[in-house]
Amino acid sequence: MAENKVIERKHKSPWIVILKRFSGNTMGVIGTVLIICLIIVAILAPLLEPYSYKEQNMELMNDPPSSSHLLGTDEFGRDMLSRVIRGARISFVVGVLSVAISVIIGIVIGSIAGFYGGVIDLILTTIADLTWSMPAILIALLLVAVIGAGLESVVVAIGLSYWAQYARLVRGQILSLKSAVYIEATKSMGASDFVILFKHLLPNSMSPVIVAATIGVGNAIVLEATLGFLGMGAQPPTPSWGAMMSSGTAYLFISPWVIIFPGLAMMITVLGFNLFGDALIEIMDVKNKESN
Amino acid sequence: MTFLEVRDLEVEFQVDKKPVTPIEGVSFELNEKEVLGIVGETGSGKSLTAHAILGLSTLVGGKIRGSVKFEERELLSISEKEMQSIRGAQIAFIPQNPMTSLDPVYRVGDQIVEGLTQHAKISKKQAKQQVLDLMGRLRIPKPDRVFQQYPHQLSGGLKQRIVIAMGLCTNPRLLIADEPTTALDVTVQAQIMRLFGEMTADRGIGLFLITHDLGVIAQVCDKVAVMYAGRIVEFGEIEPVFNTPSHPYTKALLDCIPYIGMKKGSLSAIYGNVPSAGNYPSGCRYHPRCPHSFSPCETNVPALFQIEGGTRVACHLYREIEDG
Repeated sequence: MAENKVIERKHKSPWIVILKRFSGNTMGVIGTVLIICLIIVAILAPLLEPYSYKEQNMELMNDPPSSSHLLGTDEFGRDMLSRVIRGARISFVVGVLSVAISVIIGIVIGSIAGFYGGVIDLILTTIADLTWSMPAILIALLLVAVIGAGLESVVVAIGLSYWAQYARLVRGQILSLKSAVYIEATKSMGASDFVILFKHLLPNSMSPVIVAATIGVGNAIVLEATLGFLGMGAQPPTPSWGAMMSSGTAYLFISPWVIIFPGLAMMITVLGFNLFGDALIEIMDVKNKESN
Repeated sequence: MTFLEVRDLEVEFQVDKKPVTPIEGVSFELNEKEVLGIVGETGSGKSLTAHAILGLSTLVGGKIRGSVKFEERELLSISEKEMQSIRGAQIAFIPQNPMTSLDPVYRVGDQIVEGLTQHAKISKKQAKQQVLDLMGRLRIPKPDRVFQQYPHQLSGGLKQRIVIAMGLCTNPRLLIADEPTTALDVTVQAQIMRLFGEMTADRGIGLFLITHDLGVIAQVCDKVAVMYAGRIVEFGEIEPVFNTPSHPYTKALLDCIPYIGMKKGSLSAIYGNVPSAGNYPSGCRYHPRCPHSFSPCETNVPALFQIEGGTRVACHLYREIEDG
């Protein structure tokens, strides 16, 4: 009798539960909408641009926003709207790829350190702490200086600047999960270290990593813009938002739109990722809430 | 051939750079298809004994000494790789708490299948069929539906059955069950215990049952070992130990069981607490709580020896029977 009653409990997959919680979180929904807009703009950039992003028109230098150029033009007479749209693609690609690099490095180092412990842990944790104690911008600048400016090196440099936080996160998760009863149960069934680490420990450590990675995309976009602003990022005429703002500083009082619109675009993008990440924090511990 | 023989098992940990031995001198043996129960209060080292036999992760940093022979194979000296092929396949383990024994991110059916395919060379489909059969025999209602569910969607009783299925799926020779029913309601406890007895008896699986419930021991076990503060104080066939307990601790434990018709207020309790590892008293570890203790108890550690009736007891009140 009791068994039947129990079995009729809602048969919901964790994804449905997550989705349901998410739709109740207004800020999270706003963040999601912003990110989806960014993705659409990034993918459809060539179709959405009213003009070519690199076409120069010396007759329209620093033109204010008008009906033909909605966001005005820059110092070479290029259409700002087209450049901001194309910039979304750069920011998105750099943000996602560099975070992917950080997360992969972080997972590998963090899980080895947490799982094996001892001297290996000490060495890896020290390296991670040293990396983490230096400002990311310094590491990225150093790396770009070594491997040369350009979009690819910016991705690699940002990826290598932020891995430490993911390594620390994964290590902490693995350490606390290592003594979980179900890990011991798995071990008692004859599972190898490999199976325990990759099949059971890592999937269970992922929720905080996903949250951190989402917010990390925002940080990476800001770092890319910073490098672009300093002239170390994507090279002209690639329309990186940071580089656009940098060139706008020279004409700050003549044509403020050159610096305002890329800045606004970046602010909205980073806001989107942060709102989405914050919502994930609340939602991701769904399994803890459900099982208690 | 002895099925499982444990000799002088000892586990030592370093606590604040001082050696602490939560269990020592643990010796017992088990024949094929026998059911052995280990009783003792919390902290007496029952679970640790089981973990030491299987070499599990709780022993990280701990040193295991002595000998554990399983079908003439010395488990304490074989490699981790060989041990992995024994764990689950030959000796299965059912952990203490079913609520936390299942990985929350996988469907329960897949977890049982994982345990099975680790040792048996069969296809995923065959494995799933076998698991569904086993779930049916464990009287899990609607097995194909439960198979698809996540641990958080199941009740404690169902989770316990899933964990039992994980232990039984490979048809091991020996099953170690660490308090398999303590986390459950009393009503479900009896059901699960009966199921457990049936399944192991049907398949000829030896059972090593850790519990602090003497009633459970009396129902299902052939042999019983009573543990106190990391040592076995009495070991033998169930009947002599329960009918004529020898060690004062066993007597006291049995006196603590209430029965219908007992006089009001006459339920006895053992005075004091089990000492923690590292604070074990000298001599017989039970002597500060023992009503019969006399001078040798404070200084000499009593060895486990055989007395009349065939049980073995570690107590200065008894004398070893001479051979021949």
